[in-house]
Amino acid sequence: MDSPPITTSPTEVQLIDDSEEFRTLRSSFRSFAFPVTIGFVLWYLLYVLLSCYAPGLMGTKVLGRVNVALVLGLLQFVTTFAIAAWYARYADRRIDPPAAAIRQAHGAVVHAPRESAE
Amino acid sequence: MIVLASSATEHRGLTMTLFGLFVVATLVITVWAGRQNRSASDFYAGGRGFTGFQNGLAISGDYMSAASFLGIAGLIALNGYDGFLYSIGFLVAWLVALLLIAEPLRNSGRFTMADVLAFRMRQRPVRTAAGVSTIVVSIFYLLAQMVGAGALVALLLGVTGEGAKRWTILAVGALMIVYVVIGGMKGTTWVQIVKAVLLIVGAALMTVLVLAKYHFNPSELLGAAASASGKGTAFLEPGLKYGASDTSKLDFISLGIALVLGTAGLPHILVRFYTVPTAKAARKSVLWAIGIIGVFYLMTLALGFGAAALVGRSGMVAVEGKTPSGNTAAPLLAEQLGGGSGTTGGAIMLAVISAVAFATILAVVAGLTLASSASFAHDLYANVIRRGKAGEKEEVLSAKWAAVGIGAVAVVLSLYAGKLSTAALVALAFAVAASANLPTLLYSLFWKRFTTTGAVSSVYAGLISSVALVVFSPVLSGGKNSLFPNTDFHWFPLENPGLVSIPIGFLAGWLGTLLSKERPDPAKYAELEVRSLTGLGAH
Repeated sequence: MDSPPITTSPTEVQLIDDSEEFRTLRSSFRSFAFPVTIGFVLWYLLYVLLSCYAPGLMGTKVLGRVNVALVLGLLQFVTTFAIAAWYARYADRRIDPPAAAIRQAHGAVVHAPRESAE
Repeated sequence: MIVLASSATEHRGLTMTLFGLFVVATLVITVWAGRQNRSASDFYAGGRGFTGFQNGLAISGDYMSAASFLGIAGLIALNGYDGFLYSIGFLVAWLVALLLIAEPLRNSGRFTMADVLAFRMRQRPVRTAAGVSTIVVSIFYLLAQMVGAGALVALLLGVTGEGAKRWTILAVGALMIVYVVIGGMKGTTWVQIVKAVLLIVGAALMTVLVLAKYHFNPSELLGAAASASGKGTAFLEPGLKYGASDTSKLDFISLGIALVLGTAGLPHILVRFYTVPTAKAARKSVLWAIGIIGVFYLMTLALGFGAAALVGRSGMVAVEGKTPSGNTAAPLLAEQLGGGSGTTGGAIMLAVISAVAFATILAVVAGLTLASSASFAHDLYANVIRRGKAGEKEEVLSAKWAAVGIGAVAVVLSLYAGKLSTAALVALAFAVAASANLPTLLYSLFWKRFTTTGAVSSVYAGLISSVALVVFSPVLSGGKNSLFPNTDFHWFPLENPGLVSIPIGFLAGWLGTLLSKERPDPAKYAELEVRSLTGLGAH
């Protein structure tokens, strides 16, 4: 734990939470998950809006009976598979190793919590 | 219709035999799994011993419900391209679960969604809210499955009488209670795995047969579907179902948003992440699920257009009556692919695919019953009613009683919902999940400032607004296809409430947090953050 305590009496978990390693891990996770989520939701909404309000474009034939609507729909499948694969790769490299390191360094600090009842 | 009915009656013995085999096999699995259940963790989370791949299959089994198989194929067969829009929303939604929910949930919870929502809040109010919303979402979803079962039986037995439907719904209800009570999560998971494999094999077989009829040329299939539909190229373009007016377009946007945000808030999906040992295994299970479900939806595209070309609206009208919901498209297509009605091949295919569809329904209802009864026992009974004083045995026993109760409620409600399309009912479950559960989950995991008041506000506001808007929508009254077509008390124009109720859920959580004087607990948030990302202290 590199950083000094911020609050007067931080718990041990708060010290981990404030540590450099954890902050890096958190930003690795958030800097991937948040923008990518916004990206695919917007891409999906674009598709939904085009389906509603651009019938001319969507009905344009591409090949035989296959039109733009079908191609765009299938592209949603392709991007979903691609993003899933991209995240799997990213998490293997940037999230799992630092998470494992923190677990090993602090394994004894955080015990399995008690029954959550009050 | 008479021909079809008689051929169906002749060979219904075969369907019953196949389905009986599935029931016997799954009951054996259930009893075997039940004998190994010792702790609460075994009952709720299958001992957390499943692999990512096994759980991926089980998730697919839970997700590829009657709505996916019967519902989407039927919607495509009736409305062409607009039915495909469902599959896209259902699939893209998995990215929300993959990127934001699966791993943090696995690390920070134990048995139910409420474990995560209540992690840093006051337990009783948050668990009450989460338990209620879990049960409401699951019951909507259960209804959809049981209505699908009723539609199937009408087709299989060649009768349109209500008696057969009722007995089917009762039998499905009784079986699902047995699976859950005896097998717990371990038994239910294996039932899902078996069913997922059967469904994928069945759908793949039909897809190959459909494509073979059109020389493996998708364009030819599309052409045949378009001309058989009588709508021409419009059948292949968006707008047939949702393009009629500005209202129906808004309805479609509303549906689209609910689908993409709903999955990651479905309680029976969320509890699946607890059946694996680590967050990494939870991630792997979602990755497998995305692959399996994606391929399955591509196949339903072929099945839907195949049914449009080979069965047609008239085929469904003959079986379902004047306003078909499309729920029978897939089994009727199977009959056509086997050689048509009246032939032995047709009867065999119809029997096989119907048995697969029954298996599908049975497995999904078991998953739903398990998730909702677990939430009743773990959240409402153990933590709220008994204030944490109930032992593990008492808690599991109350879960089993809850399974009986929830099963009974679902059966009774299903007897009245028979006219609604399974896909439409499932879409409503997604809207409620997206409005009540997802905002609260996201705030809990990622917003430090979030408080108990915020959590309770977002769950109830999302839940009440979405359910109320459905009650006052054309789904219930005032339309041709309404549940009560002869009365009219609707004032909300859209069939899907998501467009309004999802923002309400998010807004309520935000306002509830800012307006209350309550201070969040920074130490608990630090604990949640560390645990959800690293797995330190996870169960």
